[in-house]
This record gives sequence, structure tokens and C-alpha cells, in this order.
Amino acid sequence: MSTVVIGVIGADVHAVGNKIIEHVLTEHGFNVVNIGVLSSQEDFINAAIETSAGAILVSSLYGHGEIDCKYMRENCQEAGLNNIKLYVGGNIVVGKQAFKEVEQRFKKMGFDRVYPPGTNIEDAVRHLREDLGE
Amino acid sequence: MGIHLLVDFGSTYTKITAIDLDKECIVGTSKAMTTVKTNVLEGFDLALEKLTVSYPEVSDITGVSACSSAAGGLKMAAIGLVEELTVEAAKRACLGAGALVNLVFSHHLSRKEIKQLKNADIDIILLAGGTDGGNKECILHNAKKLRDANLGVPIIIAGNKDASDEIEEMFEDSDQEYYIVDNVMPKLKKLQVKEAKDVIRQIFITKIIEAKGIKKAEEKTGEIIMPTPEAVLNAAELLAKGYEDEEGFGELMVIDIGGATTDVHTIGEGFPKRSEVILKGLQEPFAKRTVEGDLGMRYSANALLSLVSPYEFKQYYEYDSDIESAANKRHENVDYLPDTDEEVAFDKALARICCDYSMSRHVGHVEVVYTPLGNMYYQTGKDLTDIKYVIGTGGVLINNADAKDILKEVNKKSNKKLELRPTDPTILIDRNYILSAMGLLGQKYPKLALKLMKEHLV
Repeated sequence: MSTVVIGVIGADVHAVGNKIIEHVLTEHGFNVVNIGVLSSQEDFINAAIETSAGAILVSSLYGHGEIDCKYMRENCQEAGLNNIKLYVGGNIVVGKQAFKEVEQRFKKMGFDRVYPPGTNIEDAVRHLREDLGE
Repeated sequence: MGIHLLVDFGSTYTKITAIDLDKECIVGTSKAMTTVKTNVLEGFDLALEKLTVSYPEVSDITGVSACSSAAGGLKMAAIGLVEELTVEAAKRACLGAGALVNLVFSHHLSRKEIKQLKNADIDIILLAGGTDGGNKECILHNAKKLRDANLGVPIIIAGNKDASDEIEEMFEDSDQEYYIVDNVMPKLKKLQVKEAKDVIRQIFITKIIEAKGIKKAEEKTGEIIMPTPEAVLNAAELLAKGYEDEEGFGELMVIDIGGATTDVHTIGEGFPKRSEVILKGLQEPFAKRTVEGDLGMRYSANALLSLVSPYEFKQYYEYDSDIESAANKRHENVDYLPDTDEEVAFDKALARICCDYSMSRHVGHVEVVYTPLGNMYYQTGKDLTDIKYVIGTGGVLINNADAKDILKEVNKKSNKKLELRPTDPTILIDRNYILSAMGLLGQKYPKLALKLMKEHLV
């Protein structure tokens, strides 16, 4: 059973989607460690270290995700999490921007999967299975 | 029923409190110097003799219980993975069991740290790391390092359960004394320290007492059942919760300002009191103890001075005398008793600083987060703003006429707005120094211990 850390990053208090993600991933057999809303990069990383998580799923709905996620890959590497998968999804940038560009920017920042608003969580489940080799 | 004796082998004094179980009262107390270096029974016998001379009614002794903090108390090392998580959980297990945490390590132990462990005078090592099913690579590495170091100190393993079989195999064939107990943090941020605490006490009773030369006392006192700080914590918990139809005081705090350390105990959940506050960090224990090794009236007077600026110290002390030499005098001569107004005022200043600083470190803090939905707050630690009672104990406070004045330092301060400190609680003083004794008595006679505490804390 793979462990994944989920949470809402930054000064963002959107709790509903977070609960739904927890519910669906648990249904699909993942060991979900939910650190909840208002979480910092450090909270995600510490949780992933202690629980030996295979992936971190970052949610952001309030538009400042790009700033909150800056250097997250580098910080993971600094903390010894060399092989961790990083996913991000939600309204992750300010305003309306072409998703292709947004995806590219986040991939450049070291995220493995980037999701636009309205994504089915089942897509992420499929990707997790692929990426974590289940 | 007869007389029950409660004995506290302290670092300086051996104190006896005699309880009349029939009349349900404290008959009297006595103390003598602790004699760990020769034979600990000498001090005990002397204190008992003093007691029987002053109170001839102490004859029909039917039971004795004892606790000890002699020979430096119980000293532990706490090891975990991430500092804010399993390291913190391990520390809380040690503190809750009445130990002093002298060494703290996170992540992989290095040779340098093993050397520190070798050189330090440690009684027990608590090794944690990883949630259940989580990281086990780190705790396996550390267990192996500890086995190879052959420190001759008992090790309690309280980490990821997935690693416990491998650790057991590692230690089985070595001389290492080891105990495998429940993970102190089985799930992220969830604290589970009971079994670890129980084993710490068990090792304390069977091994440490002997190593420190206090075992001999057991001939006369029966088993020494716990470290003194744990007895105080038990007393506080009993007083807060009540027992059967005897109601307790509700959420409360106990502050013990000693020569070397300042201990703060709180009993209470300390959850956020407002909906826009979000709780962060590791789960807090209901009965929480923190120990400040740099806040004390004698041995730690120097360390305390390095925390506050001279300007700040002057806020507490109005005389012009040399602050540094006054602190040094106390550091070097730990039995020092102040004899002039100036020296009394200096002690009072030290006590107020101990109280103020230990409170800043013990209580929870809030931090403002500006979100698009308005201001939200993070709370780390316990919200103690509604604590109703603060009880002072320890030699300095109970003999000080200004004790209640000193303890007012716990209150909310305008320059420390983000600290969740008590707001004007009722202050009580343990004038007869009975708290640790009542923690002991409460093991067998909780109702009586509760009743006596209510009578004697004023």
C-alpha cells in the first residue's frame, strides 16, 4: 500500500476538495496522510519523511499556488527526498492562463504531474499507480 | 489503617510527610540532608528521627511510598527522525515520565553524536523514528549505531513498528539491554507515549535507583515508585480531574522553580478557542510537562543571566549592585540563602524571570496568516488563556512572602500578545510542600490525596 501526503498549501483554507481527495484516494487503497489546509512546504516535506511517502499531492485553489510551490522540488532534495513524486492541482495560478503554459512552468519547477481545474481525481489515481509502480 | 509515610529523596534534602489515614490529615513533615554518597539510609533515618521526636504520634507506620530525584534525577537522551515530529514526541515521552532530556538528536546518528552519548551521563536512551508503516531506514541505521557503540545504557525503542523485528534481531545477540514498545508517533502528529512512559518508570524502579545508590532505601521504604517530577505531574492531574464524587479544580498549571531548572506542568486540552484558529504541529499531551534547564535560582543563575539583557534585568531589579557577581555567587554556592534586602530582591528578580520565560516556552503561540478570506491564525501548542488555577511549588516560592506576586508573571503581557498565556488565574501556593507527596499518596488513596491538596494549597 503506497503512502501519499496530501494537503492545501499556503494561506489557503479551501477544505472541501481536500476531504474529497482524501476520501477517493483512501477508497482506492492508498494510505493517505492528510495534513489539511494552511500547510507549508515544510509540513508536506516533514510528513513525507516520517511516513516514507511515495508522492506529495499539493492542492491550491486561491491563485497563489505558483508562489507557494516555488523551490519545492529543491527543498525536497535538500531534505533527502530524492525520488518523491510531486503532483499539484487546482486553481494554481493567478487569473486565466493557457493551461499548457502553466503545466510547462510547473514541470520546469520539478512537478511530475500538473492538473487544471475540473480534473477527475480518478485521473490522479491512475497516474499514481503508474508513477509508484503499483 | 495507621500512619502512611511519603518520602522524597531530593537532590539536596530527603523529605518525609506523615499522613494519618484514619483522621485523614497531614500529621507533620521533616527533612534531612540527602546522603547518596555514603548511605542514603542515613539521611532517611535522621529525617524519620526528627519526625518522631516532633510528632510522637508517628508510631504505627503501616505503609511507606517513595519517589526520588536524587543524584541528578533521571537523565535521558531522545532520538527521532524529524525534529518537529518524532523527535518532539520522544522528548514528550521522556518529560512526561519525569526525566530530564539532556541530549536530543534527529535524523541519522553520526559518530560525533555517538561520542556525545558516550561522554554524557545518560540513564536511558529513547529511540523513535518513523510513523507505523513509514520510514524505517533511519531507525534501523540508528539502532545499529547504538548497538555497535555498546553504551551500556538501556535503550527503549518506540518507533516505526515495521522496523521492530529487525531491531530485535539486531539486539538479541548483543549484551544491549533493550525494550520494544509502542511507537510514540504511530500516525502523523498523533502522540502515543503511555507504554514508553511505563517502561521508563519500570527501568527507573529496577535499575536506575540502584545505580544511583538509592536502592538501599528500599529496605525501609518499600519500592521507590517514580521520579519526583512524575509524582508532581500525577498530583496535578488528580487535582484537576477530581476523583469520584470529590470534584477537581479543572484545568490548572503547576510551576516549580528550582535551583537548576524550572518545571511547568499543565493539565488541560488547550484546544483553540475560536473558529478562525487552526491547530498546527504534534498533538499535545493532556498532562504536559516542560523543563527549562537554563532557568533556575542557583545552579542556573548564570545561564539565566545570559538570556536577558542588563536593561531587561533592571525591569525586575531596582538596586545598582553588580548583577553578574550576584549571579555567580549563586551558581557557585547552591545552598546560598539571601541575607540582605538587596539579595532578597535579587532572588525575587530571578524567580520572576524564571516564571516569565518558562511560561513563554510552555504555552502555545498564535501566528497570523493573511488569507483572501480574512485573517486566520495558526496555533502551535496549548491555548492556556482559560486556565483557572496556577499553583506554585519549589523551595524558592513556598518560602517566599512574595510568592503570589512572582507567579503573576504567568499572566498575559502586552509585549507578548501572540503567546496564549493565562489571564488572571487564581494563584495558590504549595506552602507545606506536599505536591509530590500527594502524587505518591494518590496512587493508593486518591480521594484522600485530593482532599488534602484542596485543604493545603492556599
